[in-house]
Amino acid sequence: MDEIFHFIIGKYNYWASLVLLFIGLYGMIAKNNLMKKIIGMVIFQTAILLFFVSIGAKRDASVPIIKFGPDQQPLLEATAYANPLPHVLILTAIVVGVATLGVALAILQKIQRVHGTIEEDEILEDQRR
Amino acid sequence: MMIDQAPALIVIIPLFVSLLLTLSGPLGPRFAYGLLLAGMAGSLIFSLLALGQVVGDNQAIHYRMGDWRPPMGIELVIDHLSGVVLVLVSACALLTAIYSLRTAAEDNPDRLHHYYALFALLVTGLLGMTASGDVFNLYVLLEISALSSYGLLARGRGPAYYATFKYLIVGTIGACFYLLGIGYLYIMTGSLNMLDLAEIISRPELQESVSIKIGFSLMILGVWIKMALFPLHAWLPNAYSKAGTTTACLIAPLMTKVSVYIMLRIMFTVFSVDFIFDSIAWSQVVIYLASAAAVIGMITALAQRDLRMMLTYIVVAEIGYMTGGAWVANAAGYTGAVYHILADGLMTLCLFMAVGAVIYRTGQTSLAAMQGIFKRMPITAVVLVIGAASIIGIPPTCGFFSKFYLIQGAAQAGAWVFVAALLIASLVAAVMFFKMLEIAFFGDLKALEQESAGGHGHGSHDGHGAQPAVARHEAPLSMLIPMVITAASLIMLGLYTKEVVNYFIGWSIPAGF
Repeated sequence: MDEIFHFIIGKYNYWASLVLLFIGLYGMIAKNNLMKKIIGMVIFQTAILLFFVSIGAKRDASVPIIKFGPDQQPLLEATAYANPLPHVLILTAIVVGVATLGVALAILQKIQRVHGTIEEDEILEDQRR
Repeated sequence: MMIDQAPALIVIIPLFVSLLLTLSGPLGPRFAYGLLLAGMAGSLIFSLLALGQVVGDNQAIHYRMGDWRPPMGIELVIDHLSGVVLVLVSACALLTAIYSLRTAAEDNPDRLHHYYALFALLVTGLLGMTASGDVFNLYVLLEISALSSYGLLARGRGPAYYATFKYLIVGTIGACFYLLGIGYLYIMTGSLNMLDLAEIISRPELQESVSIKIGFSLMILGVWIKMALFPLHAWLPNAYSKAGTTTACLIAPLMTKVSVYIMLRIMFTVFSVDFIFDSIAWSQVVIYLASAAAVIGMITALAQRDLRMMLTYIVVAEIGYMTGGAWVANAAGYTGAVYHILADGLMTLCLFMAVGAVIYRTGQTSLAAMQGIFKRMPITAVVLVIGAASIIGIPPTCGFFSKFYLIQGAAQAGAWVFVAALLIASLVAAVMFFKMLEIAFFGDLKALEQESAGGHGHGSHDGHGAQPAVARHEAPLSMLIPMVITAASLIMLGLYTKEVVNYFIGWSIPAGF
């Protein structure tokens, strides 16, 4: 029991992003409304962003600029600093996500103009006609 | 020296051309066309120079972006494998750019320069993915090319929007899986550089790590979605067949081929032969998937009445060939897969260009557009026949030699399912193209004449009832030249198979085969 508890609580950040990942995937696959599909896509992307951000977090760690101890010696232990790389990666991935969202919304607008609806079943019906 | 900067210039030239193109609106479509051609030609020249240097020195070029030392900095790596793919991508892009003179202007009467900017950006992404030696950098370039391809595909007509939207959703899932896979690898190794990752993953303490295996699975799954491996292919035929002619010519041959290249990179550069075929041991399943892709793709293609739909299903089938070749786990299969990337890039381009020319002249996209094509457009018809021969695998076209290597590899590995799939797919392809050529040769010209008189198609002859059948009406020169070059290159690549394999592909065969 204790082990299971530790398994869930100790890795809660992974669980949270996993849950979000599946919510997003469900939204993208199961929803009929294309806007909801886009929302699902954004949740899906955000889940991965959070996954990356959480692996860069570290307790009692500082920004990665060299600190000096009380005796004016530079503090060169890796545990004292957070790893900035995952966050930097995610800055890039956020930009990619925003661009994807923008393109998706633009295409959605076009779909609405052509088919007069953003419901998937109605679009398919419209295409068959 | 310019040549030292070649790896960066290959990627940066189309990027800057793309930026300039967005600003070049007031200078008119001719200027945009010229600028695009210059950019694509620049990439091709530097790709050739870089490949020449790699082959001459017989070692890979490692280019440090901004002179940051790897694994901290981002590295561009041009070796025998990425060198040939770079040449393929930039050559196909240049040919398509030449071809686009009429079709792109017709598909985009306003804002042609924006269309060309997306074109150049897509090529930037594809070349960057090929040259990159960093898994995260690869992800960003993957998304750059994907985003510009959504933009290009959505410039098709009405139904293109919905098809592109579906592609966007699926493509994003694929890219996100790839990104998540990078996350797993990064947690375990702390590195993003491909060669550094390979070194860390091969250490004994990570040999049995489950996280590494999951990371690999997610990355490969993401790439499979991107390259439309059966059964993840559903988005491809719709998205590609609704696109404009130029877009289809650019995206259909290149996007999937570069994805296959990425799969090879991940499998053999980041991970190793031992890891993939001993620790993961999916080969059996993947070979079945690849065989199913080849057979089902070709049979579905046979069932299509729409020319472009037919070609897109051929692309799905060809993906099966390359995947199977990579996963049969021997040198012949690997050679076949890499050779088929080159061959298939060119033959898909050849077919899409020829069919695009037919559609341009007849205004129809159904098989019936092929009627009397040998009379009306003899050169296009010959190009089509060469492309078809290559897909079927008739010597001396390159399609024969790639299949030869693939079948040899499959037989050595005892993957008889894959051998059978390749043979069946070839037979089906033969039936399909003979059906097409039969319509082309013996199609009902009377009916065609009546149809023309009825006002269908903008290349029609207004039904001169007394005229002898159909007049000759060849595609414009801007389309003919790249088509003929592509068709000739199919035969040249076939004739020089031995050289291509010895000088380029042979050097990239991963250790352990």
